[in-house]
Amino acid sequence: MQNPAIEYDYTVARWFSYLAILFGILGMGIGVWIAFELAFPELNYVAGQYSLFSRLRPIHTNVVAYGFTLSGIWATWYYVGQRVLKVSLAESKFLQGIAKLHFWLYFFTALAAVVSLLARYTTSKEYAQFEWPLDIAVVLIWVLWGISIFGLIGIRREKTLYISMWYYIATFLGVAMLYLFNNMEVPTYLITGMGDPLHSVSMYAGTNDAMVQWWFGHNAVAFVFTVPIIAMIYYYLPKESGQPVYSYKLSLLSFWGLMFVYLWAGGHHLIYSTVPDWMQTMGSIFSVILILPSWGSALNMLLTMKGEWGQLKENPLIKFMVLASTFYMLSTLEGPIQSIKSVNALAHFTDWIPGHVHDGTLGWVGFMIIAAIMHMAPRFYKREIYSKKLLEMQFWLQTTGIVLYFSSMWIAGITQGMMWRAVDQYGNLAYSFIDTVTVLHPYYTLRGIGGLFYFIGLFMWAYNFYKTMTAAKQIEKEPAFASPMAG
Amino acid sequence: MFGWLERNPFFFAVGVFVVIAFAGLIEIVPDFAQQSRPVAGAKPYSLLELAGRQVYIKDSCNACHSQLIRPFKSETDRYGMYSLNGEYAYDRPFLWGSKRTGPDLHRVGNYRTSDWHANHMWDPTSVVPGSIMPAYKHMFTNVADLETAYAEALTVKKVFNVPYDKDIDGDGKVDVPLGSFDEAKKRALAYALKVAEETKRQDLVDMVKQGKIPEIVALIAYLNRLK
Repeated sequence: MQNPAIEYDYTVARWFSYLAILFGILGMGIGVWIAFELAFPELNYVAGQYSLFSRLRPIHTNVVAYGFTLSGIWATWYYVGQRVLKVSLAESKFLQGIAKLHFWLYFFTALAAVVSLLARYTTSKEYAQFEWPLDIAVVLIWVLWGISIFGLIGIRREKTLYISMWYYIATFLGVAMLYLFNNMEVPTYLITGMGDPLHSVSMYAGTNDAMVQWWFGHNAVAFVFTVPIIAMIYYYLPKESGQPVYSYKLSLLSFWGLMFVYLWAGGHHLIYSTVPDWMQTMGSIFSVILILPSWGSALNMLLTMKGEWGQLKENPLIKFMVLASTFYMLSTLEGPIQSIKSVNALAHFTDWIPGHVHDGTLGWVGFMIIAAIMHMAPRFYKREIYSKKLLEMQFWLQTTGIVLYFSSMWIAGITQGMMWRAVDQYGNLAYSFIDTVTVLHPYYTLRGIGGLFYFIGLFMWAYNFYKTMTAAKQIEKEPAFASPMAG
Repeated sequence: MFGWLERNPFFFAVGVFVVIAFAGLIEIVPDFAQQSRPVAGAKPYSLLELAGRQVYIKDSCNACHSQLIRPFKSETDRYGMYSLNGEYAYDRPFLWGSKRTGPDLHRVGNYRTSDWHANHMWDPTSVVPGSIMPAYKHMFTNVADLETAYAEALTVKKVFNVPYDKDIDGDGKVDVPLGSFDEAKKRALAYALKVAEETKRQDLVDMVKQGKIPEIVALIAYLNRLK
């Protein structure tokens, strides 16, 4: 029964952790920059055409979503996978090689992606901007990850798949399906032998293209920003707190519920567009139903802390994770509210939408990845976390940043929506469009400051991680539960 | 049953896949054929317009501007007739956008002129005081890539039967000619010269006369077409 102590192989998990920190700083740095560009347009010209808002905005979203988040997901996969399946990557030279290849192919594809976006290569589909050669590279990366998942499952010692595994498998399958269908495109050079070899044209036109794009776009959020992050919290929170998951039944219900309901909700991006009305209604209804499985997972996590709330005061990593769950609940309540037709009519196209995205990404995704990587650091290096105080400061600074971000964007979005529709006593539009832009200046400034707080927090994180790696007190063996940290 | 699935990863994965693929099948597939039917009178983009559309995409104008007028009085008052499905039949990709940092552009050709656009892209605050849009001066010197635009037009003609070189409205004339690259280029240059003259900028006119179309001219041709 008792396993001889398995020596887990953390090499690739470490590499992906470094990359998560690096891409976090890069992606969110660009985010802060473009946030201030909206408040102070002169900033657009700092690096000529390469610093224009429209050029940087896709780079920001891609580096955060596919740089920071995916790196974080894979850092945790190469750690959690081995542990919950009770095998070491080192036991299979093949799988170890695949893991390394996965990392390097990903790394060079990410670099090529940033360069190609700077060079104006984009298909213009949000979160799917890469041209076809990069799409092929992405598919290869995904196949490598698949081999890693199912390979490790193939040699596992633990018969039953732990909850986190369900979510990693779902991430793999979901993104594979979505990415393939949405990125179907015809390279024009291959058909005509003329023009730019990198150019392609979408397989779908107009309304069809929009339907496929938002079926992808919304569910990329599902399978990159939600499902794998739930995989993380189901592993790291019980581990760090030493508490068992509150309810197995609730985890079952919320997993299968999420899988079934999420994909229907993409239609809520197309309310009052030219897609058929029944689809808009489905998107709206299912978005509201989505509250159930989402809150199911979040409550399951919060209730894991039942009777142990004292840990919240003692351990900043628990703080990060509990607040992540709370932001997840906030986001998954806010989203359905925005999907109600009458609210959508007001909120769509306004700053409330980026506000919504960011309480999810910064609060839920960002906090969970930060906590996961800091939980792993003492295991990676057999050292204490360098500074608890710094972690605390980071937590409060970043939380303040998020609150500034979403509250300013709520006000901005609703103001904008109300002004667009306002009419005077004769029924004429009360404001010209530019009035609705200039009024937002203070909120844009506030948002930039919120982002800056979060960004500074990332440097504290990077410093703390670096010092943990190089200078913190050494420990004898891997801690079982709470990560040891110096004052 | 779930306990069994958790010990059989293969069937677990199949189960997950079926459950997640279900919604896509129900929502997307049935409507596909019908949704791509063009509205009466819709015509594909000419070579110059397509080149301009590519400029629009390259600089991600869709990050701040939508092209989708919703059926509300406040929007039809501001921008014009609400958008119809069939108007987008030749849009690959669609460019509805998701955020209006600037106004909607689906019918911008109805209320802005070529010289307004040129001024706007050169110095936005000169025509809209208080604008936070940056200037796009590189479009005035970059040359539009007609060859790639032609490759795209020819591709959609061949692969998706987009009606170039055809009589679409039944009046006995070809509506949007494409022909060989040389023919198409000649037509694009003539069209570009007209647009360049409308911008009242001599530098743009001179460039077109030398056989080079500045990106801004192609972009304006595309924007004028939006109506």
